[in-house]
Amino acid sequence: MPETPVQLSVSLWRGGPEGRYEAYAVPRRESQTVLDVVTYVQRHIDPTLSYRFACRVGMCGSCAMTVNGHPRWTCRTHVAKVAGDGRLEIGPLENLPLIKDLATDMAPFFEKWQQAKGVFAPSKTRGDAIPRIDPDSPARIAADAAIECINCGVCYSACDTVRWNSEYLGPAALNRAWTLVNDERDAGNAARLRAISASGGCHSCHSHQSCQEHCPVSLNPTASIAGLKRRAAAAYLKGELKA
Amino acid sequence: MNVRLYVWQRATAALMVPLVLIHIAVIFYATRQQMTAADILSRTHGSIAWASFYALFVAAVSIHASIGVRNVLAEWSPLTERRAGQVAIVFGVLLAALGAHAIFALVVA
Amino acid sequence: MTAQGLKHRGSALWIAAMVHRLSGLALAIFLPIHFFVLGLSFRGGAQLDSFLRWSDQPLVKIAEGGLVFLLTVHLLGGLRVLVIENFDWHDGQKQLATLAAAISAAVAFVFLVRVF
Repeated sequence: MPETPVQLSVSLWRGGPEGRYEAYAVPRRESQTVLDVVTYVQRHIDPTLSYRFACRVGMCGSCAMTVNGHPRWTCRTHVAKVAGDGRLEIGPLENLPLIKDLATDMAPFFEKWQQAKGVFAPSKTRGDAIPRIDPDSPARIAADAAIECINCGVCYSACDTVRWNSEYLGPAALNRAWTLVNDERDAGNAARLRAISASGGCHSCHSHQSCQEHCPVSLNPTASIAGLKRRAAAAYLKGELKA
Repeated sequence: MNVRLYVWQRATAALMVPLVLIHIAVIFYATRQQMTAADILSRTHGSIAWASFYALFVAAVSIHASIGVRNVLAEWSPLTERRAGQVAIVFGVLLAALGAHAIFALVVA
Repeated sequence: MTAQGLKHRGSALWIAAMVHRLSGLALAIFLPIHFFVLGLSFRGGAQLDSFLRWSDQPLVKIAEGGLVFLLTVHLLGGLRVLVIENFDWHDGQKQLATLAAAISAAVAFVFLVRVF
C-alpha cells in the first residue's frame, strides 16, 4: 500500500495571461479541500496570491477554479478525491479574461446573460391579481429543474463551444433563458426567442454535455438548450420568428 | 448558426437517415451479387426512380454538408462567420454540381 | 495562456461528438471525389473497363470500407444529436454512444469481408 504523502506538490498559476505555474509545498491535512490549500499558500507562503472565495461551504459559487484540468468549486473538492498522488495543478477558470493568478473577470459571462435576455420581464402591475402557478404543470417542472443556477461559471468554463466561438452565449445564460421561457408570468418571450435563436445562440450547442457533467448543482444545461432549440424551431416554422 | 440554418440542417439529416440506409443496402446488394459496372448501368439507365432517389439524396447532402462545413470553419478556422458561410456555399454548389453530373452518367449517358 | 490540456475531454459523449464532427469533415472531403469518379466511370466503353480494374485494387476496397464506417458512424452520431434535442433525457447515453461505435465498426467490417 503506497504511503500517503505528508506534503502536497501544488502548482498554482501566477500572473496574468503571460504568467506561469509556480510550485508550492503544502502540508497535507485530513478532510482538506482545494480551497484550504489555496488559502494556506496565501496565508503562510505568499500573501500576494489573488483568489476568490466567500461562503466556503458550497453555496455561493465564488471559488470556482480549474483543478487538475477540470473546473470545480474548490471549497467542495476534497484533495483526497482529486490528488491521490499528492499533486495538484490549480489555475483560473478558462474561457474568461484573466485578472491575476486565480481570479478571472466574470463580466463577459454576465454580459452574455443579459444578451440571452435571461432577465424576467414583468407582465402585471401590483394592482393585478397574483397569478396562480401550478407546480405540477410541465412548464413549471421544466423551469424548476433548471432554476438553481448560482452563476458560478463552471459550465461556461467547461464548454468547448464557448472556447471555439466567442459569440456563443454559453450554457448558463441559455439555461436561464429556458427557465424564463417556461415562466407563465414572463412577458418577454418574443424578444428572448429572437435573442437565443440568432447567431451565437442555442443552435451553436453541439451537445458535448461538458456543462452537465461539471455542474456542481447537477443542472443540465444541454437539456435546457435542447428545449430552446425545439421552441425556436417551432416558432420559426410557424412564421413567428424571423431568422 | 441560427434557427434557419439549424432547421435546414436537422431536416436534411432526418431525411437522409432512410436514404443512407437504402443506399448502403443497395451497395451491399451490388457487391454481394458481384455486379459489374455494366450490370449496374443496365439497371439504372433511363430509370426515373433511380434518378429521383439520387437527385433527392444529392440535394439533401449538398445542403447538409454545406451547413456542417460552415460551422466547422466558423469554429475551427480563423475565418469570420460571414466568410465561412461564403466558402460553405461554394462548397455546397460544387457538391451539387458533381452529384448531378454523376447522376447524369448513371441514368442518361 | 494557461496550459490546462485536454483533461476533461475524454468522456464517451465528448468523444462521440468529436467523432461525429471528424467523420463529417472526412465525408465532406471524400464526397466530391466520390461523385467525380462515379461521373467518369459510368460513361461506358473503355472508361468502364479501366474503372473496373481500378476498383479491384485492395487499396480502393479498404478506402470504400473506411467510407462505409465513416457514413455509419456519422449517421449514428447524428441520431445521438437528434435524440438529445427531441426526446426526454435518459441516463444510458454513454453506453449507447459506445454501442454506436461498435455497430459502425461491425458494419464496416462486414462490408470489407464482402468486397474482398
